[in-house]
Amino acid sequence: MERILEQIPRFFTADNMALLLQSAGLTLAMTLTGCLIGFGLAFILVFLRQTPGLWALPLRVVCITYVEVFRRIPFIVVIYLVLFFIQTVASDASLFTIAVISICIYAIAYTADIIRGGLESVPVTQTEAARAMNFGRLRTLVTVTLPQAWPVILPPAIAFAVSFIKDTALVSQIGVFELTFRGKELNNQGYSGILVFGTIAMCYFLMSFPLSMLGQYLEKRLATPRGERSARKIRRA
Amino acid sequence: MPHLAVNDLRAKYGALEVLKGVSFSMEKGQVVALVGPSGSGKSTVLRTLVGLTPVSGGSVTIHGDEIRYSNAASVRRARDQMAIVFQQYNLFQNMRIIDNVTVAPTKIKKRPKAEARADAERLLAMVGLADKLNAFPDQLSGGQQQRVAIARALALHPEILLLDEVTSALDPELVNEVLDTIRRLATEGMTMILVSHEMAFVREVADKVIFMDSGAVVEEGLPEQLFDAPKTDRAREFFGKILRH
Repeated sequence: MERILEQIPRFFTADNMALLLQSAGLTLAMTLTGCLIGFGLAFILVFLRQTPGLWALPLRVVCITYVEVFRRIPFIVVIYLVLFFIQTVASDASLFTIAVISICIYAIAYTADIIRGGLESVPVTQTEAARAMNFGRLRTLVTVTLPQAWPVILPPAIAFAVSFIKDTALVSQIGVFELTFRGKELNNQGYSGILVFGTIAMCYFLMSFPLSMLGQYLEKRLATPRGERSARKIRRA
Repeated sequence: MPHLAVNDLRAKYGALEVLKGVSFSMEKGQVVALVGPSGSGKSTVLRTLVGLTPVSGGSVTIHGDEIRYSNAASVRRARDQMAIVFQQYNLFQNMRIIDNVTVAPTKIKKRPKAEARADAERLLAMVGLADKLNAFPDQLSGGQQQRVAIARALALHPEILLLDEVTSALDPELVNEVLDTIRRLATEGMTMILVSHEMAFVREVADKVIFMDSGAVVEEGLPEQLFDAPKTDRAREFFGKILRH
């Protein structure tokens, strides 16, 4: 305990804090980039998965297999797979790129199911009305189904991204200078583990908490029927 | 040449044959009513016409032009000529009333925005909802939503309007506002096929009544003929039951 107290002034230096801030930023950047790209690609996956017709059967099988397989593999294994695969095809790829690709691959598998569930929550009669008016599949998705599915999709998708902020700690295993990696480094420099990892725990909390609050706010806002919301707006005006 | 000719139309849900060869025809400007017990296939006829339920046999021709339901372009043409109004209205919940009515004309039929909007405003005024343009569907009563649905279908300027039990989901006091709208369309010469349980209304507006049971046409004729002097036992039994009171 004494040792910790004695280390505090030495540990909380501008240099160390800048290092931590930088790696926290890296953690956040990796998570957000990976999850956002993954989320976008998941939409394409879900759209392809819903392609009707016999000719599209192989396509549907590939999409379903992807989701089922990657949801059952530990994230750390995905990271190593991507690392060794990328290194054989493009040896000069940065560790950051490899980390983002891994997150992306994982995020696609998880958010694809969230998106599919959201789209399926919209009554099929809405799609039928659109089809009867000659809407194509993509136009139905963009103008009718998706706007109604957002309230169902967004809360769990944000929750996934927020929880992934901490799961990115695993990419420290391949040597990306994210938060946990920095922690180990500082610990190796002789700083008390309790002090270092306590601070790092705090950093993770400070990154995820505001985002979960944002998620909860969106959830509440989206849960209000649109009619009521605009009625309130009209009353306010 | 009839405006619409349906010949031996068949449809299946899995192994269950719900339409077992339905045939009828109609002229331009006519109102045809499909009546019969629940599950007789009336609604399925309308759904197959716009390609929502797959057709397993028979033919449908509009103006002598056959619709091939296995061909996407042909189905698109059919949907260009026929518009359907559903029992549950099925308005797009995420769009304001005005957008519900203009979305297909502008996005699908590529009509100029201002023109589609003026047309939508005219139609919504006709159904008595000129003051609800900016409301969302969930802010309207069922009767109002159904009138919007009719305006939305009319905005497509269909050759034939299909009405699928449009008053069945409504509270009794809201039924008349929708029937008034349809009555008006009938007097304006709109070609319509309506599936309905409102027999008094059918008798009033229909030029021809088709009685269906178990996926087939049992009897067809003028409303008076069918209601007052049905030729078949099945029709006599059905109308005897529902027209008694």
